[in-house]
Amino acid sequence: MDAGLNGSAWYGEAPLFAGLQLALPVGWTCLLGPSGAGKSTVLRLIAGLPTAVRFEGQVQAPARIAYMAQEDLLQPRMSALGNVVLGQRLRGGAPDWDHARALLAAVGLAGLEARRPRELSGGQRQRVALARALMEDAPLALLDEPFSALDAANRQKMQDLARERLAGCRVLLVTHDPFEALRLGDRVLLLADGRLEELAALPGPPPHGAQTPGFGAHYDALLARLVGTQ
Amino acid sequence: MKGALTVLVFALVWQALVWATGVPPYILPAPLAVVAALSANAGELVASAAVTGGEVLVGMLVGTVLGIAVALAMAVSERLRGIVRPALVMSQAVPVFALAPILTLWMGYGLGSKIVITVLIVFFPLTSVFLDGLLATPDSVLDLGRLAGASRWRVLVWLRIPHALPALGSGLAVAAVYAPIGAVIGEWVGASRGLGYVMLMANARSKIDLMFAALAVLVAMTMCLHWLAGRLTRWLAA
Repeated sequence: MDAGLNGSAWYGEAPLFAGLQLALPVGWTCLLGPSGAGKSTVLRLIAGLPTAVRFEGQVQAPARIAYMAQEDLLQPRMSALGNVVLGQRLRGGAPDWDHARALLAAVGLAGLEARRPRELSGGQRQRVALARALMEDAPLALLDEPFSALDAANRQKMQDLARERLAGCRVLLVTHDPFEALRLGDRVLLLADGRLEELAALPGPPPHGAQTPGFGAHYDALLARLVGTQ
Repeated sequence: MKGALTVLVFALVWQALVWATGVPPYILPAPLAVVAALSANAGELVASAAVTGGEVLVGMLVGTVLGIAVALAMAVSERLRGIVRPALVMSQAVPVFALAPILTLWMGYGLGSKIVITVLIVFFPLTSVFLDGLLATPDSVLDLGRLAGASRWRVLVWLRIPHALPALGSGLAVAAVYAPIGAVIGEWVGASRGLGYVMLMANARSKIDLMFAALAVLVAMTMCLHWLAGRLTRWLAA
């Protein structure tokens, strides 16, 4: 099953992008771009979620999608465990409690199953959101800046955890952070002025660190390219 | 504790006013006279409070169930919302005072007309507040339902209702304060029992101390109801 998007979109009369072709192979595709370039719109179109644009073209996506947004979208009156099985509830299936518990343990939240979201830290809440996404057991994961609201330490932990748990998955990560894109991306794409451009990603398997050879040069090139689009 | 202090200060100001103006007791009785009337007519007041309280509770219950049901139906169906919403506002533009005599004419002097008036008073604020809560569920949260391909019903149960519970609680707290008004209006228009009836009779016989006593009982009852609704609100919001 392929995943991707192929088409054009207009915001009112103004074109947002035209003839955009985005294929999502297995691995992490990081989508960078200035604010308003349409990164989140592309992600939402692939997810089949409503957008403010008119789209003409094709979207290929599997029936099941793991989704994470910048907000954790946890239901405040449900436990962590209840939030993890929310997708199953919404589909009308019987919750698989054992699997949900195992996933919460896998994201480092064993013992906190009964906590309400407000009794968890920001990092813990985003872990619950990751467990909820993993519960979908989907071949495609769409991540819309899920790490951007976290502090540096939590962000790195969450990034590594997500890379580990989403191995073998097609992942689209929308981010405004070139560091994050370089660190996590098997591919790095730039969406600006309605066009998609593939930028150089670091060789070798992510996650990379600042010590990875060539990181600084890649980062400078990426940032220069981003600054040029503003 | 704070409440008791408020009542005490209120009674002292009242007493001072009575002393200072020398107003006769058939215009404004002193608080002690009201307390005396309370104890002298305790049996009648308790029996009347039971009648009015019963009307209020049944009216609250029916109004709440009806309000929740209508709000849920309106949240699910946009078409129904378009039809019912103007009707709701219109129904609210009709003063219940004007309806009370007609309802009494139709339903007689018994409990029925009072309960219907209470239901009418409770229904609108509850329905509109709960509906607003259901419709105010953040779009980003509803995305979870869209991704799961959830039916409108499941979105309602798992996303919208949990989001709207605090709003339902506030609606109940408001309704609890207004509900006794409905019952008393009904009793004023035509009744043979209840606190409203006692007040009307006492007023007619210039037994102003008894009227104030009945009023005090009504206020106490409303406060209890409000406190209960407040507890419920906190539980729903937790």
